[in-house]
Amino acid sequence: MDESWKRARAVFATLAGPPVVWLFAFFLIPLAIIWAYSFGENQSLTHIAINGTLSNYIHAIKPLYLGIIFKSFWFAALTTALCLVVGFPVAIAITFASEKTKIWLLLLIMLPFWTNLLIRTYALMAVLRTEGYINYSLAFLWNGLGHLAALTGHPMAAFQPLELLHNNFAVVFGLVYVQLPFMVLPLYAALDRLDRSLLEASLDLGAGHMTTFTRIVVPLATPGIVSGVLVTLIPSIGAYLTPDLLGGPSSQMIANVIERQFKTANDWPFGAALSFLLMYMTFLAIAVQAVVARGRRARQA
Amino acid sequence: MTFTASSSRRASRRSLLAGLGAAAAGLSFTSLDGCAPKGKAGPNGEELKLNLYNWDTYTGKTTLADFKAATGIQVKMSLFATNDELFAKLKAGNPGFDVIVPSNEYVTRFRIADLLMELDLAKIPNRVNLLPAFQNPPFDPGRHFSMPYTWLVLGIGYRKSKMQGVPDSWKWVMDSDRYRGRIGLFAEADDLIELGAKYLGHSVRNIPLPVIDQVAEMYIRQKPYVKIFHHDEGQDLLLSGEIDIVMEYNGDIAQVMTEDSDLDFVVPREGSIINSDCLCIPKGAPRPDNAHKFINFLLDGKNGAEIYNTIKYPTPNASALALMPASYRENPVIFPPAEVMARCEYADFEGLARSHLYDETVTRIFAA
Repeated sequence: MDESWKRARAVFATLAGPPVVWLFAFFLIPLAIIWAYSFGENQSLTHIAINGTLSNYIHAIKPLYLGIIFKSFWFAALTTALCLVVGFPVAIAITFASEKTKIWLLLLIMLPFWTNLLIRTYALMAVLRTEGYINYSLAFLWNGLGHLAALTGHPMAAFQPLELLHNNFAVVFGLVYVQLPFMVLPLYAALDRLDRSLLEASLDLGAGHMTTFTRIVVPLATPGIVSGVLVTLIPSIGAYLTPDLLGGPSSQMIANVIERQFKTANDWPFGAALSFLLMYMTFLAIAVQAVVARGRRARQA
Repeated sequence: MTFTASSSRRASRRSLLAGLGAAAAGLSFTSLDGCAPKGKAGPNGEELKLNLYNWDTYTGKTTLADFKAATGIQVKMSLFATNDELFAKLKAGNPGFDVIVPSNEYVTRFRIADLLMELDLAKIPNRVNLLPAFQNPPFDPGRHFSMPYTWLVLGIGYRKSKMQGVPDSWKWVMDSDRYRGRIGLFAEADDLIELGAKYLGHSVRNIPLPVIDQVAEMYIRQKPYVKIFHHDEGQDLLLSGEIDIVMEYNGDIAQVMTEDSDLDFVVPREGSIINSDCLCIPKGAPRPDNAHKFINFLLDGKNGAEIYNTIKYPTPNASALALMPASYRENPVIFPPAEVMARCEYADFEGLARSHLYDETVTRIFAA
């Protein structure tokens, strides 16, 4: 007995060792350094003194930066809501597909991950821009209609291309496109475990499809919804590439501001403080959510 | 406790694709010399090697081979995509570079950080080839730390068929709704604020604080008519038809003008900012004598002409210029008229507090 425990401990150490070392060396230690920077001051172009100052945080809670964080949160919330609305039917469709089709549908959801995010974003730009594929197709249809209209003696105005790129619409569209798989997969995982007989029972006992959906499917899928919302919302708040490439003059998100602090503005302490402010707020939101959820469960019990 | 940013590597902004490769490059690239066995030494006692840290597509087709034929020195070139990347790489200590190519504002930053070796001008006799305007620039009086390699001027690139006359004033991008929804401005804080001040009649250096606020208000008023604040990809946006009028460098617009004859470039009459990429020797360079030889070689007229024929950037070198074809020498985009150039100035790095102020100002403009 003693022998096997010792062996198990050795196995455990062997298995857990590399990931723990990895986590420390490449995640926790760099994160701790950035956290230390957030209490530092620029002494010169090359030196940052960590002297425990709170000035970076005081600067970071100026209305200007809080406003940008709020706006990023709003973009992320909108993205998450759209992902949920679009992703739920997709997840249901996959759940109810035949075993063979299911594999293909899941593959389709995963397929975008095989291409780098940057490449996908550039592809999206080619689709959305003024002389892009969408406007090209619309112009083709419009001109076709125009010829018909001219024949009947009612000439149409020239085609005005839609402004699809370099605005806030493009940013949310791009974020939904990028984040959708992260919403669909947890939803699918939750829905797939759902006991079908519960749905049959609900329908047999006289509930309509809508009532079955809202009172049976949604409550049972709640864990999937919560994890889907979290893994969509949090990366969206910190999105950097999408607003940078697809956005317009008013699409600045907080990650773009942080990025500039680590580059052209050369203010690492302030950039670090902004990053951690965002992290504290995210943790706080998750904690509040957890407390509220526990409270609700306690009341129901 | 003092931290230097040795382990961090910043991805590039201008070239995002280059940024993707950055992590890999950062890992593989600890020391250029490492424990490689020492090669054969040249007559000056230095190994017949040279490490050049340069921008991409920034030498002639045969430049490095010509240098090897002339001196026996083998050049190993590494590439950076932004000045920030270059600075970050060297600020924790020179990993073994002999020659670097920072832009003028970063020559100042490198000097403030005391990272440049003073040049031995006696070893660079070809500096007499430089045009008078580049002999004694304000950012390096007497040229003791840097030799000019190329220069650029900011101006307005535009689509001729969509303009009403030549847009030869910053007004058309900064302070007018005539080209609403078709305008592209720089996202870079320094360029944006400095050019705004220039339009309002101030120098691009030592801009008074009230003028910075005035510039911010002007851009906030202009924002509804602006399509995009771009990261130096204005030429691509212009070429793809996304916008019709844009702040850009003359060299970038000159490149796309060869693909689309409807495009043109003008330096606004209010004047503009000149940039100059410079050859410097960082402190701790393992082979400083080879580095001087290399810089002197690049400043030779014939070698220079080989470079500028390839890269098509404006040259600061009179001897090289004399050897260039008329299509280059007389190109008004590459060499804008002298009376306009007379109103252009170098911007300079004016301390971290200034950088932070400019950054917060553009954050405010973008957030408005």
